[in-house]
Amino acid sequence: MAENAITTKELVKKENLVYQKTKLLTDDVMHYCPGCGHGTTHRLIAEIVEEMGIQSEIIGVAPVGCSVLMYNYMNFDMQEAAHGRAPAVATGIKRLLPEKYVFTYQGDGDLAAIGTGETIHACNRGENITMIFINNGIYGMTGGQMAPTTLIGMKSSTTPYGREVSLAGNPLNMTDLIVNLPGTYFVSRQSVHTPGNVRKAKKAIKKAFEYQSLNKGTCFVEVVSNCPAGWKMTPVESNKWLAENMLPFYPLGDLKVPEE
Amino acid sequence: MEEYVLMKGNEAIAEAAIRAGTDGYFGYPITPQSEVLEYLTAARLHERTGMVVLQAESEVAAINMLYGGAGAGKKVLTTSSGPGISLMQEGISYMAGSELPCLIVNVVRGGPGLGTIQPAQSDYFQSTKGGGHGDYRLITLAPASVQEMADFVSLGFDLAFKYRNPVMILTDGALGQMMEKVKFKPQQPRSKKSPHWATTGKTPDRERIFITSLNLDPACQERFNIKLKAKYKEISEKEVRYEKIECDDADYLFVAYGTSSRICQKSIQLARNEGIKVGLFRPITLWPFPYKEIMEMTGQVKGMLSVEMSAGQMVEDVKLAVEAKVKVDHYGRMGGIVHSPEEIVKALKQKIIGG
Ligand SMILES: Cc1ncc(C[n+]2csc(CCOP(=O)(O)OP(=O)(O)O)c2C)c(N)n1
Ligand code: SF4
Ligand SMILES: [Mg+2]
Repeated sequence: MAENAITTKELVKKENLVYQKTKLLTDDVMHYCPGCGHGTTHRLIAEIVEEMGIQSEIIGVAPVGCSVLMYNYMNFDMQEAAHGRAPAVATGIKRLLPEKYVFTYQGDGDLAAIGTGETIHACNRGENITMIFINNGIYGMTGGQMAPTTLIGMKSSTTPYGREVSLAGNPLNMTDLIVNLPGTYFVSRQSVHTPGNVRKAKKAIKKAFEYQSLNKGTCFVEVVSNCPAGWKMTPVESNKWLAENMLPFYPLGDLKVPEE
Repeated sequence: MEEYVLMKGNEAIAEAAIRAGTDGYFGYPITPQSEVLEYLTAARLHERTGMVVLQAESEVAAINMLYGGAGAGKKVLTTSSGPGISLMQEGISYMAGSELPCLIVNVVRGGPGLGTIQPAQSDYFQSTKGGGHGDYRLITLAPASVQEMADFVSLGFDLAFKYRNPVMILTDGALGQMMEKVKFKPQQPRSKKSPHWATTGKTPDRERIFITSLNLDPACQERFNIKLKAKYKEISEKEVRYEKIECDDADYLFVAYGTSSRICQKSIQLARNEGIKVGLFRPITLWPFPYKEIMEMTGQVKGMLSVEMSAGQMVEDVKLAVEAKVKVDHYGRMGGIVHSPEEIVKALKQKIIGG
């Protein structure tokens, strides 16, 4: 034992507390599979809402997908939208409560397949909302079917031999698409598969919330995420696979930043 | 005192919506109701109530904008016609399942499919028997004049908020397009208060609010279904509305709503000139349907003709109401063709009196 090591007795003392769960997360037990990026991203959002002190000013919109029960975990007001319709629901809230912070949280099936129209038009109108896009390349909730973002060659329960372009078309890079729309103000692609990436993702998501108060347009953050259950991998394997396969096709970084 | 003005039914809905203190309108153009959106976008609302008006990218988006706005506790309205209303069914079901109030106007045109832009009454089933998925009910109001088009906007909102349920005004292209005199209620301010169930931001004095129609536990879902069922029963007991015209001495009855009920009033005169004593029963709420009140008429009349611009939809409810005590049949033109008063009298003679 190193000389300056702290004893367990001292460790639990209040003054030695260096990190705790944000009060903006409820005590409900999260239903996410171990290692799933949804849980990490939830925590980031809750922490940001706490740090910004906007609990009483924020209204979130949950999608249909694995994160359908997000409202159970967030200690602030939320609405649960129909599959893909979160940007329209958020538009309705924001237009009628323009002084509030409004955000959507959506998976790739929700945001980039069934809800493509709502996504593009909310971004194109420049709705003053924040959109968080969890891209795990698969339909997690329904048991691992192909998503619009599933990579070429990637196996899913509906592309059991790997996604073939001739049959299933190409993966859709939604973030690259919406970055070109004049209504978007801040667009970034991040991941939460390493501690360093978690910190970067938090910075980007925080900006996406802070910029909302400027009323300059849609702030959009894609989080390239994993789905250990749907990908049929351990959490560690899935993060490695994400880095090696997802990131070359969905490279990380800010795609559109406001001119200072 | 407000004066009478001459206005199209669609415009009357728009003006009445402003006067009712509506917070938001979200809609997508479709004939025969685009005048509503056009009127609202021209109404310089920033100088009046500040009502929000947005042309959505689709009816799917429009109804979900209503969901968001209603969830925020606001008075929200959309208008459309058959094909657009079909696209809204998912959202209507979600709103019923989340107990959210809203007002939807269907200015019906002939279908199925793209059909015709001419008036019809062929969306009765869609409106009164579900339309979307799951066990829910849509309060359905059927105006028969431009005045009622206007009046039912505030009535619709009152019912929607009282019962936290979507309400539909089921009208048709004829009422939407025709001009008639109408007197509006004075301007009502937009409400500054939010209902206790609305997501307006979690303040320290209350628990967080979430609006959802999801119940993964079947026991929870059944409890919720039982609660909805009780609510619908209460509405059925308290909110039935109807009108009886020349029924006191009637031997026969027309049952008709909306445009058809107006034509039937002419048919009554034609028939009475020939010595046939016929009256009109006009359901104003199509759901809840006036089953009991129509049943009561079976002690007096020998038969009923359900007159609808459809292949026969409301007639099924009339038949349910009378429990086979008197003869019931249907007459109606379709595809955007409006029946003439003479055709209706002929049908009464052939199908009910002679039949
Ligand atoms: C209209 C409709 N169609 C299909 C479904 C079934 N469904 C639920 S979640 C889902 C896919 C969700 O995938 P994604 O958005 O990628 O979220 P994830 O679970 O991967 O986080 C589907 C197809 C539904 N609920 N509603
Ligand atoms: S199925 Fe996939 S996305 Fe859903 S919780 Fe499990 S790991 Fe996460
Ligand atoms: Mg997914």
